[in-house]
Amino acid sequence: MKILVCITHVPDTTSKISFSDNNTKLNSAGVQFIIGPYDDYALARAVELKEASGGTVTVLNVGEADTEPTIRKALAIGADDAIRINAFPTDSYFVAQQIAAVAKEGNYDLILMGRESIDFNGGMVHGMVAEMLGLPSVSPVMKLDIDGGKATLSREIEGGKETLELNLPFVAGCQEPIAEWKIPNMRGIMSARTKKLEVREPAQAETKTKLDNYELPAPKGEVKMIDKDNVDELVRLLKNEAKVI
Amino acid sequence: MSVLVFIESADGAIKKSSLEAIAYGAAMNQGDVTALFLGQIDQAELEKAGNFGAAKVLHVNDERLNNGIIQAYSSVLAQAIEKTGARFVVLAKSALGDPVAARVAIKINGSFVSNVTGLPDTNGGFKVTRSIYTGKAFANVEMTSDVKIIGIRKNAVELNESGSSATIETFDAQLSDADFGVQIKNIEKQEGDVLLPEADIVVSGGRGLKGPENWGMIEDLAKTLGAATGCSKPVSDMGWRPHHEHVGQTGVKVSPTLYIAVGISGAIQHLAGVNSSKVIVVINKDEDAPFFKAADYGIVGDAFEVVPKLNEALRAAK
Ligand SMILES: Cc1cc2nc3c(=O)[nH]c(=O)nc-3n(C[C@H](O)[C@H](O)[C@H](O)COP(=O)(O)OP(=O)(O)OC[C@H]3O[C@@H](n4cnc5c(N)ncnc54)[C@H](O)[C@@H]3O)c2cc1C
Ligand SMILES: Nc1ncnc2c1ncn2[C@@H]1O[C@H](COP(=O)(O)O)[C@@H](O)[C@H]1O
Repeated sequence: MKILVCITHVPDTTSKISFSDNNTKLNSAGVQFIIGPYDDYALARAVELKEASGGTVTVLNVGEADTEPTIRKALAIGADDAIRINAFPTDSYFVAQQIAAVAKEGNYDLILMGRESIDFNGGMVHGMVAEMLGLPSVSPVMKLDIDGGKATLSREIEGGKETLELNLPFVAGCQEPIAEWKIPNMRGIMSARTKKLEVREPAQAETKTKLDNYELPAPKGEVKMIDKDNVDELVRLLKNEAKVI
Repeated sequence: MSVLVFIESADGAIKKSSLEAIAYGAAMNQGDVTALFLGQIDQAELEKAGNFGAAKVLHVNDERLNNGIIQAYSSVLAQAIEKTGARFVVLAKSALGDPVAARVAIKINGSFVSNVTGLPDTNGGFKVTRSIYTGKAFANVEMTSDVKIIGIRKNAVELNESGSSATIETFDAQLSDADFGVQIKNIEKQEGDVLLPEADIVVSGGRGLKGPENWGMIEDLAKTLGAATGCSKPVSDMGWRPHHEHVGQTGVKVSPTLYIAVGISGAIQHLAGVNSSKVIVVINKDEDAPFFKAADYGIVGDAFEVVPKLNEALRAAK
């Protein structure tokens, strides 16, 4: 089975976000970059599937050269090879076109992504890619089992979950508890250095949105502390001051 | 010009978030608003769309669409866009709406921007503000395509009721076998509960509650407030609570008017899911818990003591 896993290179979840260049660029000073947490779940499940029944796992990132350490980490976790499309991921439509171009050429049995990226939180690239390829898409996927050409998976719905069946190939946006995040071991890290990381130039593609600028939220006011023996005061404040109950 | 709004239901009623999407469509002031509903539902319920600003509801009365199937839904939505000639499509952010809209954007060669927090700025171009970095920032983006699909976050507009009712028109959409390539085998769902992403008030518990057997007081408090219940990630990881209740960076992002956090430390990944709440109340026995920095009101105390008292006080105040 040939699996393609699409990963993002995003600020660590504990990062403080700020911007530069007149609020048009992320200020990456002091920011630690990671594989998107949802993409990391997708990757972990892909590696498990490969270990259980053979095949290959290729990771794909659309990004500039600074994403390579993140791609190497995915190789250390257990992917066999990697492709980087050498372009800044301007918008979801642009990224989806790049991924679809790679997928068309590679004939993958399964394309796994994260439910959403944690920078742009679009939750849309998987649907776009699937539509471009004429394949089914399912998201968010919490469980994925493959038996021959058939997959059984469970998808989160509001207030519950549903179990689905479909045939390969398809595109899935993954989330926990599909697998546990894998931490690369020493052998993985050593072997990642020599695994193939192919850099391709982007396919001709459009964008459909244009960034004006970024903004930060207004700072939060002071917290009002209430004595634990005076919960009536809290009720009064919620009612009369905050007016939320 | 016209606006098409994709609406969803829960427990037989139009979801509140979908009513907000209708209100948003009306507030855009870009022509008549038509709502699109897929699957079987009580007609009187659909007429209510008029109360929030829809002139008409297109109803695809097909039982195969009673459950959300991403491909079938996107086929129908694309057909409805073509039929109505809509230049703007609005929908509420949801586990179904997002992937459906993504596919539709490709089908109709349009653009889709999700997590939009307010009405567009139409002075020169069409610009919207969307939440990014899991609520840590906003991006102002211009949508440059002909047809624009807007996924709105909760509370993007206020709900005003006009008292009107919508006319209902049956819409016979064309569906093929390929649209049903994904087969639903089983659905496990709690009916009747307040849905977490929809809730105006959320009561959440963390590891400080020590075990699943102690959730009774959280549920009682939620019941008093008509709230949904949520939890932190370790709580759902340990199986104390179902996964769909997990709030945060890697879980549900909520934006209620009131979020009450009990025995949750306030790790940045948890805050990422709640930082667009209007008012945050934190109950924690550790006065140095980071959550207090993100809170509007705080009580330092033992949850086992404070929560039942608070519940009593709320009930008395009703
Ligand atoms: C990539 C990544 C993604 C993550 N995503 C999420 C996410 O989406 N959501 C999420 O929640 N976490 C997430 N986490 C985990 C997060 O970092 C924290 O570990 C988690 O939020 C802690 O949960 P908690 O506050 O319930 O538990 P703890 O940190 O153990 O805190 C328990 C709190 O309860 C208090 N307490 C104890 N006893 C009592 C009592 N009797 N009365 C009152 N208070 C009491 C303690 O003072 C403490 O503050 C993520 C982590 C990573 C690395
Ligand atoms: N630049 C990128 N390179 C590779 N994969 C991506 C990229 N951007 C998004 N994806 C994939 O698409 C998923 C959904 O992203 P998004 O639609 O931005 O929320 C992510 O979890 C990734 O798996």
